[in-house]
Amino acid sequence: MGYPHPRHPRETPVLSEHFGDPEARTLDGWKKRGGYQALEKALSMDPVDVQNVVKDSGLRGRGGAGFPAGIKWSFMKPDGKPHYLCCNGDESEPGTFKDREIMRWTPHALVEGVATGMHAIYAETGYIYIRGEFTEPLQAVTQAVAEAYAAGILGANAMGTGKRLDIHVHKGAGAYICGEETALMNSIEGKRGNPRIKPPFPAVAGLFGKPTTINNVETLTASAHVVKRGADWYKAFGRPDNPKSTGTKLFSVCGNVARPGNYEVTLGFPFKEFLWDLCGGAPPGRSIKAVIPGGSSVPMLTADECDGVFMDYEGMAAAGTLLGSGGVIVFDDTADMPRQIARLARFYAHESCAQCSQCREGTAWTTRILDRIVRGEGTYEDLDTLLEIGEQMSGKTICVLSDSCATPVASGLKKFRAEFEAKISKKQHVAFVPAQLVTAGGA
Amino acid sequence: MTAPASTAPSAPPPPPSTVKVTIEGVQVDVKPGISILEAAKQAGVLIPHYCYHPGLPVAGVCRMCLVDVEKFPKLTPACATSVADGQVVHVHNDKAKAARTGVLEFLLINHPLDCPICDQAGECELQDYTFQEGRADSRYREPKRFNPMEDFGGDVLYVPNRCILCTRCVRFMSDVAKDPVLNVSERGDRAFIGKAEGHDLTNVWAGNVVDLCPVGALLSKDFLNKARAWELDRSASVCTGCSQGCNVVLETRDNVVVRVKPRTNTAVNQYYACEVGRQSYRAFNRPDRLQSPLVRTGGNGLATTTWEQAIEVAANTLAQAKRVVVIASPAMSNEALFLLTRVMGPTGVGRVQVPTGPEAALPGVSDLALRADRAPNGQGAELLGFTRTDALVASIAPGDVVLVADPDAVAGHAAALEAAAAIVVIGSHLPDALAARCAAALPIATTAEEEGTFTNLRGRVQRFLQAKAPPGDVRPSWSVIGDVAEAMGRGAAPMLPADVFAALAASHERFAGLTYARLGLRGLPVLESAGVTG
Repeated sequence: MGYPHPRHPRETPVLSEHFGDPEARTLDGWKKRGGYQALEKALSMDPVDVQNVVKDSGLRGRGGAGFPAGIKWSFMKPDGKPHYLCCNGDESEPGTFKDREIMRWTPHALVEGVATGMHAIYAETGYIYIRGEFTEPLQAVTQAVAEAYAAGILGANAMGTGKRLDIHVHKGAGAYICGEETALMNSIEGKRGNPRIKPPFPAVAGLFGKPTTINNVETLTASAHVVKRGADWYKAFGRPDNPKSTGTKLFSVCGNVARPGNYEVTLGFPFKEFLWDLCGGAPPGRSIKAVIPGGSSVPMLTADECDGVFMDYEGMAAAGTLLGSGGVIVFDDTADMPRQIARLARFYAHESCAQCSQCREGTAWTTRILDRIVRGEGTYEDLDTLLEIGEQMSGKTICVLSDSCATPVASGLKKFRAEFEAKISKKQHVAFVPAQLVTAGGA
Repeated sequence: MTAPASTAPSAPPPPPSTVKVTIEGVQVDVKPGISILEAAKQAGVLIPHYCYHPGLPVAGVCRMCLVDVEKFPKLTPACATSVADGQVVHVHNDKAKAARTGVLEFLLINHPLDCPICDQAGECELQDYTFQEGRADSRYREPKRFNPMEDFGGDVLYVPNRCILCTRCVRFMSDVAKDPVLNVSERGDRAFIGKAEGHDLTNVWAGNVVDLCPVGALLSKDFLNKARAWELDRSASVCTGCSQGCNVVLETRDNVVVRVKPRTNTAVNQYYACEVGRQSYRAFNRPDRLQSPLVRTGGNGLATTTWEQAIEVAANTLAQAKRVVVIASPAMSNEALFLLTRVMGPTGVGRVQVPTGPEAALPGVSDLALRADRAPNGQGAELLGFTRTDALVASIAPGDVVLVADPDAVAGHAAALEAAAAIVVIGSHLPDALAARCAAALPIATTAEEEGTFTNLRGRVQRFLQAKAPPGDVRPSWSVIGDVAEAMGRGAAPMLPADVFAALAASHERFAGLTYARLGLRGLPVLESAGVTG
């Protein structure tokens, strides 16, 4: 079983190897476990070689988009401008809590990964942006950075190489949208965390208007492993018939599941076996009804649809959903799907940054309709309206928060329409007319 | 000798000076790097938009200007997408139209739809586009979000329920006025335009947020409930508030000027006007107007008379002077000032006093400020030979006849005119101090009531048009002064202000070549020479 449970034999612990081991949190403990060898090796390499190793390994962005990390790094050319690396530790996607464990238990692994990434993109300054609610990870990473400075790993003469590597830890204020890369940059700059219109892309004009790369905590941590052990070692993890998704990935499992927690498996792991063998399926006496496989923004799958799905970017896409951040949310047969979906929509309505018209108004409107349906005051037309609003909210805004709200609503409505209709058919109020007026006109 | 082309050194091809784009089937050559939205204007296509404004940084948030660009996977905001050679853009196809209809429905769900009591109605872009492309009904069945109105200070009232959060006001205050008082507060549909605590919109340029607001969310307190937009008559004019010469529109209702709005002129004031300019309309509505010509009678009082008699008395009085001292007004048109120099004659003197106040620049626009000289035509007066002085009434000698064309400036110093042989007043009103002594008083129109030109502090000559009818027997200044000059035997009376300007241009080198037709409604600079940059 995954952390915090004992490890399941079918897991492949790379990032999670030292989860639960308090000694690994300290610099000495981390060094005893092979820490900072990757950074030492990276600093001795040309940045382009570091980019190429990561490119060869097939490591893809673990924040959700799955963009190849090495290719992203290769956008950064030595152009004389200051470069920045941002590490996205905002991790606010509902159902996702893998980065939290990396930062809590292996903060030095993250520092090492960030420093490796900084070297690869010719950056002297890196920012680790940590979600405001993550007090323990913030404390752990702050301490790790301080230890790394004290040991000369960071600073003006990083590991004695003469290179400058500065890492700043930045605490977010708890806005979901600040996990969006350009909103995160605005937040670091001290501005309101609004996503920026693209282009320009961060690699051209990012943090403080300078070329910037932004990577997820898990991506950067994995990159250090790749540099240390080579691309071939990393590439070996994964489905043999799908070279596009390589390596291991942390999956956070929560909801109506027997053994919730963080599991690290190779990409391409069979989803059904993952849910039932590793996570133990639904709690005793119940059965799984639906699963959101990649954080709350992705389309949900019914239990039947999980059959034959592989847990990698291509496998999830083939099933009509997304690997996303790897936040697996399980609903069992007692779950009230309209209520669950209304709750998700309310989250997005609360977190919309209010820039784009569709998102600002659409997320709130969607929520109000869903809440009304849940209260038993819905109409059948509401279901059509929901889908049409969702259509207007998709693919038309600066960032994808709007799409993220529309997607689970549309897929939930498609797959569990009967539950919505049941709430509507049992509704108490046919029209907003006082009861006495209705009876007065009758027999 | 001409070298054969093949042996000529191969220079890299110059970057293309234009790109070809096709917008709604219209092919246009445009400058590379401009937005699709701006390119569409050149193609004669208006892409509906709210948050975009040419004077502000691009925000791309209203999503109204989404257009369908061929080979793009998704609709793209025209305001934030640069043109590319060979681009084919569809603005009015089903896909783009459906997106706009969607945006309009979203913008209206929490909107109170209170157009009947909203000042913006009739000039509201939300109303216009909804009428063009919006849904006939709303599918919104939920309670509307409500936020109370807020007084933003200055002249600005905020009605958050009508706000579409385009953020034009926020961007104007932070990026143009550099006085970041406004912000977007809260998130989601709870968001509203917030004001920094302890600060008000007292910046002299803050009133522009009312113009920039595409809906009725930011209103002028001064104009509140005064008139419906469709009741207003509009005339192109030039602001009389200072020497900047901002292009404005005078808006009248029932022959009363009720509002001054900026008129776009990128060479002078961009899209903006300051609060002093906006409030300058009050001067046009003064109740104490001189409405009929007056002459002094034997009984030592002033009596109403005909124009013919009044002009005769004025001309005779002036003709008897050893020296004519003309006290001109810096609010007078070039035409009136030019004709005053005819009255002045070769021996006369001309003086002008320009009231002043503190200068207030608009930092985001180069060379735009509320100028220290608080009159529109001090520059013109000086170019036409008047001496700028604060000692308007100094050294008046016996035998001098004083022609007072700036009654307000002289009213406080009437005692100094005691020595004068006689006083003639030409003005829109007649202060008591002058009424006690003047031989004749000729009423003239205000800037709002006549046509003419001003010369701004940079020497730009700009036309203003008549916005309203003058009261009583009042006639345009150029006409009155022209008649007086004719009666004095100093040139034929002009028939049109354009004729006066033509005579002015013919006799003053700096104005050479300028005509009303050439000036148009954007103006042209006078010829350059020391002191004035064209």
